[in-house]
Formats: sequence, structure tokens, C-alpha cells
Amino acid sequence: KIPFMVPECQAFVEEFEGALGKGKGRKLYAYKVMMAKKMIKFNRDFDNFKTACIPWERKIKEVESHFGSSVASYFIFLRWMYGLNLVLFAFMFGLVVLPEVMMGLPYGSIPRKTVPRAEQDRAMDISVLLDFGGYCKYSILFYGFYNDERTIGVLQFRLPLSYLLVGVGIFGYSLMVVIRTMARNSDEGGDGGDDGQFTFAFKMFTSWDYLIGNPETADNKYASITTSFKESIVDEQENQKDENIHLRRFLRVLANFLILCSLGGSGFLIYFVVKRSQEFANLDQDELSWFEKNEVEFVMSLLGLVCPPLFETIAELEEYHPRIALKWQLGRIFALFLGNLYTFLFALFDEVNAKLEKEKSIRNATIWGLNEYYSNYSSYHNTTDIPPPDIHPADVIRGPCWETAVGIEFVKLTVSDIQVTYMTILIGDFLRAMIVRFLNYCWCWDLEAGFPSYGEFDISGNVLGLIFNQGMIWMGAFYAPGLVGLNVLRLLTSMYYQCWAVMSCNVPHERVFKASKSNNFYMGLLLLVLFLSLLPVVYTIMTLPPSFDCGPFSGREQMYNVVMETIENDLPAFIGNIFTYATNPGLILPAVLLMVLAIYYLNATSKNYQNANLELKKKMQMKTDRNSNKKSSLFSIGKSLGIWPKI
Amino acid sequence: MGTTASQLRKDLLSEYQELTFLTKREIILAHKRFSELLSKEDRNVPTPRVPMEKVLSLPELKSNPFRKRISHVFSTSDMKDGSLTFEDFLDLLSAFSDSATLEIKSHYAFRIFDFDDDGTLDGGDLEKLVNCLTGETDDTRLTTEEMRQLISNILEESDIDKDGTVNLSEFQHVISRSPDFVSSFKIVL
Repeated sequence: KIPFMVPECQAFVEEFEGALGKGKGRKLYAYKVMMAKKMIKFNRDFDNFKTACIPWERKIKEVESHFGSSVASYFIFLRWMYGLNLVLFAFMFGLVVLPEVMMGLPYGSIPRKTVPRAEQDRAMDISVLLDFGGYCKYSILFYGFYNDERTIGVLQFRLPLSYLLVGVGIFGYSLMVVIRTMARNSDEGGDGGDDGQFTFAFKMFTSWDYLIGNPETADNKYASITTSFKESIVDEQENQKDENIHLRRFLRVLANFLILCSLGGSGFLIYFVVKRSQEFANLDQDELSWFEKNEVEFVMSLLGLVCPPLFETIAELEEYHPRIALKWQLGRIFALFLGNLYTFLFALFDEVNAKLEKEKSIRNATIWGLNEYYSNYSSYHNTTDIPPPDIHPADVIRGPCWETAVGIEFVKLTVSDIQVTYMTILIGDFLRAMIVRFLNYCWCWDLEAGFPSYGEFDISGNVLGLIFNQGMIWMGAFYAPGLVGLNVLRLLTSMYYQCWAVMSCNVPHERVFKASKSNNFYMGLLLLVLFLSLLPVVYTIMTLPPSFDCGPFSGREQMYNVVMETIENDLPAFIGNIFTYATNPGLILPAVLLMVLAIYYLNATSKNYQNANLELKKKMQMKTDRNSNKKSSLFSIGKSLGIWPKI
Repeated sequence: MGTTASQLRKDLLSEYQELTFLTKREIILAHKRFSELLSKEDRNVPTPRVPMEKVLSLPELKSNPFRKRISHVFSTSDMKDGSLTFEDFLDLLSAFSDSATLEIKSHYAFRIFDFDDDGTLDGGDLEKLVNCLTGETDDTRLTTEEMRQLISNILEESDIDKDGTVNLSEFQHVISRSPDFVSSFKIVL
């Protein structure tokens, strides 16, 4: 409570504060105290400023008061992702794109930056641009545009090194941020806790969401609380009815088998479609319909839309408790997305290998052609000082540049994902709400209460979609620097679009969930997706040779050779020695062993703490039992004496 | 709203910042909302009081089943009528703010749930609590049998010293194990 004697208290403190620093140190002490106070005030002002900077606070609060904290947690997650992507975009843009644009060579000066002669008359067509070919392909959006000069411009900016470090740094930064957020989340209130120990007490004391400000939501909340009370009472009362354990087991095995089949089927479908798209790429582009050109993305998005409801219907066979069923559902959707993504990647790898083969022959042809030119020139003009061949950049023979192709695939995938998501919201929520609202007047049954009714906001579907979208961005950012910028725009428009859609077309859930432990669950998924998208990128950096004529690593044997070159040429010699020693297997293996031992030790310690916890609980129980015995004996004594001390 | 009486003095503002968990922006917003609740005559009174009905008309509290109890708990009025001064209002917002600690929140939650103000949550308090949570209408209420079962389950879970009531430390012990409590015990203007 705010004491109403604050001015007197403050005066007292000020008067006697200086007296604490007696003797010689008085002035220094007073100065220190003053600085401490100023620091506190500065921190407070800075905190105020920081909270004022957080965007969309009002919007999210409105959603929260209508729909409860779980729907709002999706928007908070979206906002967090936007912040993350903004930082990644700043890295990519500031350290890679901007230097190339400002200090690098302009469009049209060297072969990799120019549209080849054969494609030039179609380079401005809308259909080609929408496919990210033509001028789009040879722009800063993709890997192929960047030049491989060691240093560029007045500042001697090392672009290839910067490109590699930013590409890896994106993963490093994301990892740091995700783990920091997970640690912060698990700090508040602890995730897990004792499941089932305090079910009733929690329902009683913590089930009301004080942020609800809308009477309709409050009514829903009352209904859901009542239902949950009744459910738990019934649960507690009756024992497990083993109706027919064998039938249930058989149904569950059947359901899992069906789901595995559909997962396998979807993986095969994607592989088949990507193979077909490779064949299409060899045909003349004009003969293909739009559908055939975008088949891969279309099929992937379709699978992402159709399979989750399919899994839900199959899961009805299993008859699990709703919370467990939700976990299974989330796990299956996760497996679906993962399987699809990795099948797509493997099919893409096949394409990359094919391109690498083609590149070898083109490269040999180019080198042979150049040697021919040099020998002809020297034999004709009889000099050894030969100028480079005078061919227009658009006419030079170009290699297939697999990195740009991969980048284009990821960008197309992201774009189609965006389109499908927005279309789904427009049709599945908005159109449905319009139909229910306006056809209700002339329809036989009550549309609002009965079949279509208004949609509910699918939290888990949306969150998973967001996580996987981010996974694709992480994978594709190395090959298409413009992808991160695209994602920033996408998240920004998503925020406004989905806020509008949820407020105007959705109704609150019937069972208003709480956004509690799920937060760390989704962060854990994000972490897993981060690792899984790190793997392909690191593999390509370490193993696959870069294209010989495009991108910042052209001409080198491996992409990471840039780092080696920089260490050899630019840094002092002893740093090179340090690196050579550090990468010695004799040093790395003991380090790995040490980490494994540390993990084992920490695991053992945490188990010990848990045991100590249980012991303390038991002791507390015994102590209170003893106390209550004492109390009851005191009570009986007091009663018999006719007195009972009031506590 | 431009008169000096309705503006918050700078020194009071910094004082409130130090004494509560609220940021400067939140305090200014709270002052604005509080002034809107005051009637014309009350505006020029040195420490104006807002009657309980006006407080309960705030949209953030209107749908809350515990609104009357919240008003009573934070009110410093001698007449126990649930009216709030501005400092009571800030107290309320501070306890319900994002940065308030678990101890503060559980302390106030205990006082809110203690319907008869006797310092413990006994069977009567728990029954009133359940009735608040299930809504005021008759068809959502629990039957007497269900109520009895529910209360005995709760006391079994939370009453450590088995005296038939939940006191503050038992309550805080339960609340500290809950992952949802801190995030749901929040009111933001």
C-alpha cells in the first residue's frame, strides 16, 4: 500500500543519509549515493522508453480482451518473430546488400550481373518476373549477382568474407535469441510443475483470466470453467472403465498405420512432383501452363492444408483425452511439415547435383575457348601481352549457377505459402462469416449455431505455419539475400491482416484455453527447426563446390576457403597458427568428451536436487501431521478445561 | 481536462513511479481514466473518491466475477463501501501489473478470495468462489453434491495442516506451483 506519509519519510531519509558516511569518506559516500540515485532514475526512464517503443500493444490487448490470452499469445509470438526478422534483415542488408550495391560493380558490367542475350527479349515479361526469372534473377535478390573480388570499394570491404560470416551469423544470432527466450520463459513459474498434483486448486484459484474485458468472452469462460469442474469431478469419481482394451489398442494401431501411410504418401507425392518439375524445366517455357510451372509449391501448400484435418478425423478413432489428443495432433502435423520439407530438399539436391555435372562441362568448354582465343591471338599478333577478350557480358557462355536456382525455389515456396495462407483466411474465415451472416435470414436451419457457424482461430495451425515459414527463411537466406526482406514485409502485413480477420470473422473458442506451458513448447519446436534448417546450409558450405562463374565464392574450391584466405593474407601469422592448432582433431576430440562428461554430471546433479525436493516435502508433511496432532490434543485439553485460545 | 487540478504534478508522478510497479505512461493513463470517472464536483476536492459503482463500470472490471471483492480489497475507505481514491486505484493497477512479483499477486489474490475477511479461506469462502467462477445464472451452477465434492478435493490438495481452511502460506505454496497464475492475474488499462 502507498503510505500517505511519503513526504515525511523522504525528508527523514535525506536528512540522515549523509550521516552514514562519517569522517573522511563523507563526501565520497555522498557522491556515490547521488550517482546511484541518478542511475536508478536513468534506468527507470530507459525502461519507460523501451515499453513505449513496443509496437501494436493496443491491438494485441484488444484481441486479448475478446479472445483470451492464448489467441493473443499467437500475436505476441508473431511480433517477436517480426523483431527477430528485422534484426536479421538489418544484418543481411547492411553488411551484404548495401556494400554490393554502393561499392560493387553496377548491373550489366560483368557477365554474372547481366541477363544473357538469349533471355533478354523476355526479361521484362510479367510472367517471367513473377517466376523470379529475367531481371529478378540477375539482381541483388539472389546469390548469383554478387561479385567475388576480395575487397571492393574505397573502404576495402571484404564482401565474400562478409557474405559467409553473415550467412552463418544469422543462425548464431537466432540460436542465441531463441535460447534466451526459452530460459526466460521457463524462469517464470516453471514449466511443468507437478502435473496433477494441484488440479482442483489450480482450477479454482488460477483459472480466471483477468484480462478478459468482453462480456461474451466472459460468458464463454464461465461455461468452460463449469464444464472443466464437472469433468474433473467425474474423472475423479469414476475409475478407468476398461471397456474393451483390445479393441481400443487395435483402433489406435490402425489409426497410427493410416497416418503413417498418409505421411509416406505425401512425401512420395512431393518427390514425384519435384522430379517432374525438373523435366518441365528442360522443355520450352511457353508450352507450360501456370499450374505446371508452379506445381511443386501448389502441391506442398495443398498438403499442408488438407492433411491436418485428415489427421484429426483419423484421430477420432483413438479416443484419447483431449489434451493428449492435441499433443499427438501437433506431433503429427510437425512430422508432416518436416517430412515435406526434407523431401523437397532431397529432390532439390538431386537437381543441384545435375546442375553441377552440367557446369563441369560448360566450365571445361569455357576454359578451352579462352585458351583457344589466347593461342590464336598470340600466334596472330606475335605478342604475349594479350588483352582480355572483348565480348559483351550478355554474350558470354553462362554456367547453370545452382545456388541462384536453389534461392529461386525457396523464394517461390515462400511466396506461394504466403498466398495460400492469405487465401485461406479470406475464403475460410471471411467468406464463411459473410455467408453465415447474410444467408442466415433465408436458410432452413440456424447457420450460426449449426453447421458452418463462424470459424474459431486455429492457434496451433497458425503457430506451426509461422515456425515452418521461419525454417524456410533460415534455409533460403544464404542463397537469396532478399528473402529476409520479403519475410519482414510478410510478417508486417500478416500482423495487420490477421488482427483484422480475427476481430471481424472469428468467435472465441468454446473451451477458452490458457497460454501457459505451451509457450516453451513452441519455442522448443522453433529451436528444433533452427537446427534442422542449419544442417543443409552447413552441408553445402562445407561440401558442395561453388559455381565457377557466379556468386561471391566463384573460382574457389569450397565456400569456406574464403575464411582460410583471409586468415592467411590479412591477419598476422600467429593467428593462423592458433587456428591450425585449434582445428587439430587431437584437440577437438577431448573437448567433445569433456562436454559429454559435463552433461552427464549436470544430469546427475539435477536428479539429486529432485530427490532432495521430495525428501523435504515428506518432512514438511510429517511435521504438519505432528503439529496437527499436537493441536488436536491441545484442543481436547482446552475443551475439557473450558477454554480455547483464540488464534 | 486542461485545468491544473486535473494534471498530475511532476513530483507526485516520480513518487508514484518509485512506489509502484507502474511505468510513467501507465500512471498518466491511470490518472486520465480516474479523472473521467469523477463527477464534476469531486474534481476539485483534494483527495477525491470514486464510488464503487463507478469503479465497477470500467470495461476492464465489468466482466470480472471478482470485481466487487477487488474494489473492497483495495479500498481504504473508513465506511468499507469499496470506494477508491487515486492512490488506491494505482495500488490496484500496480498489483495487477506485469512487473508485480508473485508474492504481491498471491497476497492480493488471497485477500480477494477471502470473502468474509477473516484471514483464511474456509468452506464458505470456497463455495462463494466457485459460484463466482461458474457464472451467476442458475443453469451453470454446480449442484450441492458436486460443490461438496469439489471443496473436499480442494482442501485435500491445498490444506497442508488439515485444519479445514487454507491460510495465506498454504495458498502461496499452491500458487507458486502454478505456471498460469502470473500471466492471467493481470489487468492492463
